[in-house]
Amino acid sequence: MPNVTYIQPDGKEITIEARDGDSVMETAVRNGVKGIIAECGGACACATCHVFVDETFMDKVGGPGDLEDDMLDGAAENRTDCSRLSCQIKMNAGLDGLRVRIASEQV
Amino acid sequence: MSERVLIIGAGQAGMQLAVSLREDGFTGSVTLIGEEPHGPYQRPPLSKAFLSGESDEESLELRSPAFYVENNIVVISDEQVVEVRWDAAHGTAVTSTGRLIPFDKLALTTGSSPRRLSIEGSELDGVLYLRDMADAKNLKRRWDKAEHVVVVGGGFIGLEVAAVARKAGKTVTVLEAADRLIARAVSETTSEFYRAAHERRGTRVRLGASISRFVGDGTKVTGVELDGGEVIPADIIMVGIGVIARGELATQLGLETVNGAIVVDSHARTSDPRVVAAGDAVLLPHPLTGDGQVRVESVQNAVDQAKLAAKTIMGGADEYRAVPWFWSDQADLKLQIAGLSNGYDATVLRGNPDDEKFSVLYYRAGRLIAIDSVNDVLDYMAVRKALGNGQTIPADQASDTSVALKTLVQD
Ligand SMILES: Cc1cc2nc3c(=O)[nH]c(=O)nc-3n(C[C@H](O)[C@H](O)[C@H](O)COP(=O)(O)OP(=O)(O)OC[C@H]3O[C@@H](n4cnc5c(N)ncnc54)[C@H](O)[C@@H]3O)c2cc1C
Ligand code: FES
Repeated sequence: MPNVTYIQPDGKEITIEARDGDSVMETAVRNGVKGIIAECGGACACATCHVFVDETFMDKVGGPGDLEDDMLDGAAENRTDCSRLSCQIKMNAGLDGLRVRIASEQV
Repeated sequence: MSERVLIIGAGQAGMQLAVSLREDGFTGSVTLIGEEPHGPYQRPPLSKAFLSGESDEESLELRSPAFYVENNIVVISDEQVVEVRWDAAHGTAVTSTGRLIPFDKLALTTGSSPRRLSIEGSELDGVLYLRDMADAKNLKRRWDKAEHVVVVGGGFIGLEVAAVARKAGKTVTVLEAADRLIARAVSETTSEFYRAAHERRGTRVRLGASISRFVGDGTKVTGVELDGGEVIPADIIMVGIGVIARGELATQLGLETVNGAIVVDSHARTSDPRVVAAGDAVLLPHPLTGDGQVRVESVQNAVDQAKLAAKTIMGGADEYRAVPWFWSDQADLKLQIAGLSNGYDATVLRGNPDDEKFSVLYYRAGRLIAIDSVNDVLDYMAVRKALGNGQTIPADQASDTSVALKTLVQD
């Protein structure tokens, strides 16, 4: 199963083994990773699961879809080119080792 | 002796309350009890991604079992609380297995249950409701074989199920008694948009429908008969005609309830200060204005109220103030609602419903109170922010679609 590493705003890191097909958000929330709030539970409706994807993974992860793109405009912490809503990134073997930094503000 | 908190109802609100108590540093014992056979999970996908097969049961779980252990939260599943009472020194809950659970403070997060239809044939096999995982599995078990799906009730859950069914190629009819869809929650413009949008996708929508009975072959349902005799064939009938708050235990305790809903104040306290309540089961002061009481059936409300209830248990005096928000996914249409539109006296339409991208802003006495957005995230986010700031956007400015709403809202 693919690993994903979450980097807290203060630099602390935690690595979790994700279930294939689960989103980066689901993996974090179920395991109590702080900072990913995910109020809407992954419906791309709240923008409280904002992460910055490690640049080296951006190609594999890809950019946001249209709705997600608009949601990111309203995210609490300003977006960058590496911003994604973590509920919209599904884990798979190809993303093993993924690193994401959690936005310091979500609401 | 350290304080014991018992939370009855292991759903969205109950889970949040338990987690918030620990996050806020509560050191007493926390027990979360629920009658369902599994720990807390998300309900919204039951009529969306779970039904369509895009997500499975495990991915709906709100927290892993290990999380509760690590946070010293005792979760009891598959046991219903059948009785609660206050003894001299503490309270006691009695469960369906006869277990006695003592507590010092109580939280009721019992949610709601679907309103049932009782007409001829409503007991037939294939007449279904959708509230919990068991209902969803029951629906899924029959899903592949069902060709004709009839949805009774044109509210959010019914329309979501209709959209999934239509996408799967089934023949779908929505029967709504009122003269428009989702009439209790949205404006006529939004209702009319959804009628047309579902019909464009091949679902039949019958407004003002009056059902006389469900017909069957003795055990299984085979159709719906309307007044006048017309019969619409059905392999499955999904009834979604609203929910009733579960206030049974509150009534046992002599707490104030209205139509089953547990009355709480702005601190999530019931009429007994030792008992808090949150989520679908409560009637609360208006979350933005404090003016009048409302019921709000949404994840946002369950989560935000539960957070506040946890603070109240720990002696805090914060008042509940939150911008209500909600979403509904039907086919490729994302509806997002912020604020509560109850009592509006004017609306502003931005965009064109025919493009399947627009927003309706609601005003009361000249003040912005709510928005419905369809596939229009930017306007939705702008209004949500304005409501959170206590700001309004004058209607004459909002109706100018050449101006992005975002630019009219302070940071
Ligand atoms: C199909 C569906 C789709 C939805 N879609 C959306 C959506 O898109 N967006 C949105 O915001 N909201 C949506 N909702 C609403 C949202 O799920 C609810 O508002 C939310 O779950 C309310 O949380 P709650 O904790 O108050 O109640 P619940 O989550 O219902 O939890 C209450 C729990 O208490 C248990 N319980 C009750 N009495 C007892 C007892 N005596 N002993 C033990 N256990 C007991 C119940 O079994 C239940 O598990 C949807 C709901 C459904 C059913
Ligand atoms: S969880 Fe709400 S947008 Fe990702």
